[in-house]
Amino acid sequence: MADPVTFTVNGKSMQAPGGTLLIDACKRAGVEIPAFCYYEGLALQAACRMCLVEVEKAPKLMAGCTLPVTEGMVVHTESPAVVKARKTTLEFLLTNHPLDCPVCDKGGECELQDMVFRYGAGDSRFTEIKHHVDEKQWSPVVYFDAPRCILCYRCVRICDEGLGVKALGVTNRGAYSEITPNLGDHLECDECGACIDICPVGALTSGIYRYQTRPWEMEHVATICTHCSNGCKTTLGVKNDQILRGNNRDRSGINGEFLCIKGRYAFDFVEHAERLQSPLMRVNGKLEEVSWSKALSFVAQRFSEIKAAGGKFGVIGSEHTTNEENYYLQKFARQGLGTPHIDHRRSGDLPALLDALSSKQNTLATTADLYNAKGVLIIGSDLSQQHPFLAYQIRSDARLHQAKVFTVTEGPVREDKVATKAIRAAAADHLATLKTLADDLKSIGDLIVVFGDSIKGAAVAELVAFIDSLGIPAKYVCLVDYSNSRGASDMGLLPYLGPGYHVSQQPGMSMSEMLADAALDALWVVGSNPLKNATLASPKAFVVVQDIFLSETAQRADVVLPAASAYEKSGTVTNVCGEVQRIRKAVSVMGTKADLDIFGLLARAMRLELGQATPDKVLEEIRSTVHGYNVPLPVIATGGAAMTAPVNGRVPAAAHPQAIQSARDTLFTSGSLGRYSKTLNAVLESPGGLYKP
Amino acid sequence: MYPSLLHDSPHPSETVVLSKRYRLPNSRSIDTYLANDGYKAFMRASQMSPEQIIDEVKTSNLRGRGGAGFPTGMKWSFVPRTSPKPKYIVVNADESEPGTCKDRVIIQYDPHQLIEGILIAARAVDAHRGWIYIRGEYRYLIDIMDEALAEAYARGWLGKNIQGTGFDFELSSHTGAGAYECGEESALLESLEGKRGVPRIRPPFPAVSGAFQAPTILNNVETFAAVPSIFLMGGQAWADLGIPKAGGTKLTCLTGHVNRPGVHELALGFPVRKMIEDVGGGMRGGNKLKAMIPGGSSCPVLTGEEAWELTMDYDSMAKAKTMLGSGGVVIMDETTDMVKACLRIIRFYQHESCGWCIPCREGTLWLKKLLTRLDEGVGSAKDIDLVGDLADNMLGRTFCPLGDAAALPTMSIVRKFRHEFEAKLAKKAVSMAGLPQLVSING
Repeated sequence: MADPVTFTVNGKSMQAPGGTLLIDACKRAGVEIPAFCYYEGLALQAACRMCLVEVEKAPKLMAGCTLPVTEGMVVHTESPAVVKARKTTLEFLLTNHPLDCPVCDKGGECELQDMVFRYGAGDSRFTEIKHHVDEKQWSPVVYFDAPRCILCYRCVRICDEGLGVKALGVTNRGAYSEITPNLGDHLECDECGACIDICPVGALTSGIYRYQTRPWEMEHVATICTHCSNGCKTTLGVKNDQILRGNNRDRSGINGEFLCIKGRYAFDFVEHAERLQSPLMRVNGKLEEVSWSKALSFVAQRFSEIKAAGGKFGVIGSEHTTNEENYYLQKFARQGLGTPHIDHRRSGDLPALLDALSSKQNTLATTADLYNAKGVLIIGSDLSQQHPFLAYQIRSDARLHQAKVFTVTEGPVREDKVATKAIRAAAADHLATLKTLADDLKSIGDLIVVFGDSIKGAAVAELVAFIDSLGIPAKYVCLVDYSNSRGASDMGLLPYLGPGYHVSQQPGMSMSEMLADAALDALWVVGSNPLKNATLASPKAFVVVQDIFLSETAQRADVVLPAASAYEKSGTVTNVCGEVQRIRKAVSVMGTKADLDIFGLLARAMRLELGQATPDKVLEEIRSTVHGYNVPLPVIATGGAAMTAPVNGRVPAAAHPQAIQSARDTLFTSGSLGRYSKTLNAVLESPGGLYKP
Repeated sequence: MYPSLLHDSPHPSETVVLSKRYRLPNSRSIDTYLANDGYKAFMRASQMSPEQIIDEVKTSNLRGRGGAGFPTGMKWSFVPRTSPKPKYIVVNADESEPGTCKDRVIIQYDPHQLIEGILIAARAVDAHRGWIYIRGEYRYLIDIMDEALAEAYARGWLGKNIQGTGFDFELSSHTGAGAYECGEESALLESLEGKRGVPRIRPPFPAVSGAFQAPTILNNVETFAAVPSIFLMGGQAWADLGIPKAGGTKLTCLTGHVNRPGVHELALGFPVRKMIEDVGGGMRGGNKLKAMIPGGSSCPVLTGEEAWELTMDYDSMAKAKTMLGSGGVVIMDETTDMVKACLRIIRFYQHESCGWCIPCREGTLWLKKLLTRLDEGVGSAKDIDLVGDLADNMLGRTFCPLGDAAALPTMSIVRKFRHEFEAKLAKKAVSMAGLPQLVSING
């Protein structure tokens, strides 16, 4: 940080580190210098000329977005010359910009509207004919209206610098310049919609959202995306109990301006016609709709019978349900049903990492750490496909902070482009291969190691030992697949570990063991689809499934209970790094109940004393009893992210680590859930692939 | 085949230094060059230190011949010679300023003079790589330049260990693709690097961060071409050809309504009256001088009365609130329609606007539409005011000087020849009396 300099803006004395851009220094002091093309984190342009201000001793007006503050600089941001400059620049801009406000989706959130309202003239002197080009559709998601475009090039820069995709460019020149997609008439890209959200006007609009509402007619519910494990905040726009859009224009989450196609657009599974909206019970071999009371009392009755007879219960939990639900479920299983057989589909060997890190402090990385690290080592994951927000942080770190990136993956990944070294190796060879990087890594100030399912079991301890031997401070991220995979593990949905990784008194069967056990009496599956790729050995097992769709597993069930999705309930989830965030109910779907409500009703029907089944009460219990989860409530309640503290003690290893496997989703698939998102399946890039050059 | 801009022999009032070989048979061949003091200046400069070379150029008072007129020696001294980055020489041969046709003459008739100037500049900053950026429209000149480069390589004046001096230099031509803005130095560098020809944020300037972010000397063709003469006759002798603060000669492009248009080498400080009446052979048909563009269309236009008393140098033109610019002189007599001239000039800038910044992109298009309408006589007095106002709103607000280049001539024409605009409107005005009322707003 350079030495501070003192300068004057509008008569007020200010201080800022030498070299700070004037526009930033003023912003921090509460003085607005308007700009279209300036966007923090993206390359400077000084193209729009809205930020021109008067600087004493300068021969002409200077662009505030490229002017570093110097000692004694005297600036006027509201002088008559500046006011006139802004007014006339806006007048120039409006000469070709069509007055589409009545039919433009951006109305109400449009930066041009805001600018003209604040800085513009009352009318325009332009009486010539405007240049018109028809609107174009570049994909199911992205529409482009060239006359509205103000050529700020934010979209080009975010796609190139931010996302590393570079799908947008400019053709022609002068007033006929036009933003053009990489395939001429259509886009082939991540379909993330970053270009749409960053566009200050309605030139780029969303095909999913268009023409349905005005922004002020919607309620904006900030919640966490329910797809991958990165924990991006997405603000759902809701009208008449319908989700119309997702975005993060206020940049308030850990993800800032980043969202991928899933966070922005793949909420449409909520409304899919095949949503389960009524409990189902198997009558004469066929699943039939029954009332909630009938279904619940039947389940309670059968569970009680099996428990009384000393039967074997298997419980398979979810990677998408909330921490409160996971905690309550394992309590229900262990205390209520008296069974130790509880598991979930594990995609990363977290216990092994926590064990290897025991007695170390401060060794789990947050998503913010990935943006500030001096070095990042990526092992065994195509991050841009599988963990797009983590990829975004790393790419931004490389671009803005010159971080050194290393990739050890089975095929080419997008991060190769910013990597100091990119190595290809089969999964079995990843550990040996990354050891060859010892000399490169030793010289870096600090390192974050991000690893996927190629490092599991004993390999995790070996990895940590190797990194230790380098003698540099290091933090870790153990990749897991879905929105609360980390929470499932933390809350003890594991056969041998309870909440907070406490050793379970009595270890139980793993998921594959339960499914293979021909003597299993009951199987309770919550928000998971294990029978998609496996069979249930026990023919007599009483199967209860809570899910939002009639999955393969639900089709085998004796009772199916329709669950609410993550966008229809409240609670907390934990992202891959261990950051806890709140999810908020945005809409309701008739006939469904939150999984936690179902647990509570079942507990009551079975006369079990498991505590009140509401998110607040359960979170209280989690915060006071689960190691590492004593997170500050105000942070969670105000929509922030609170980092959990890692368990600081030995953790036993999993019995069969080789069963730990990532689902290997791409940007366009999301396990069983993704099948029901029309948007994910409609884009031409779907289903996509990993490790493609 | 191509119209010759050079008369068979120079006018007696010309100061023949740069152009001394142009009229020799086979002037552009390396043999002609070597037989006429060719590459001697480079050998002399090779005996000098970089500081001595730069001092000699400073002494000569050579100023950039592309249009901006920045002191060349001072520009070269900004290059950090001790930087670990490679240094580059880039020649701006994107000559596109309307009225300017001198660089093409240099390349067509004496390309080796340009090569030698580049080599001397390279010695001044320890550069070993250079490019000559030639506008794409100069297709035939690119071929001529490439032939000269091949000759130089073949005879050991380019490449490794030039003539045993131990100095290496690689030089090649690079083709533009039809954009005036690529004559702006930073946009040229962007184009050279294979990107869109839009200008860069300055600072840093090319001398510090130019081609491929390395220190670069970027000068106009004529500027480099003058350098060998400076080292043959000495910097002070070159300076003395001109006037204080503006040394040497200028290849002046005398175009328009004179009897003898063409490229003439005139000493800095040459009187305008003498240029038109003597060198130019007088106004055609004996007509009166109505207006003059002194140095390419990016300058404010002078009226005949204003121009008559001036001399062709930087300071004299600046005092008259215009510029010497590129030396592209356009003489307009009393038959010229100044409204049409204004429209033609704006059409050029609108077409060439790169589109990067709002005032130029939208302003030039608005002005074009407005002036088209005014040229047809459709409009009001307020519209004439609007022309000047719009141009004024572009002035000083744009990202690069193209906006100023469009605004300055426009404002000067509207101010100095307003009566012509008014006359056009008066001719076309239609009286509303007697016409049936079609629509009534007030019921």
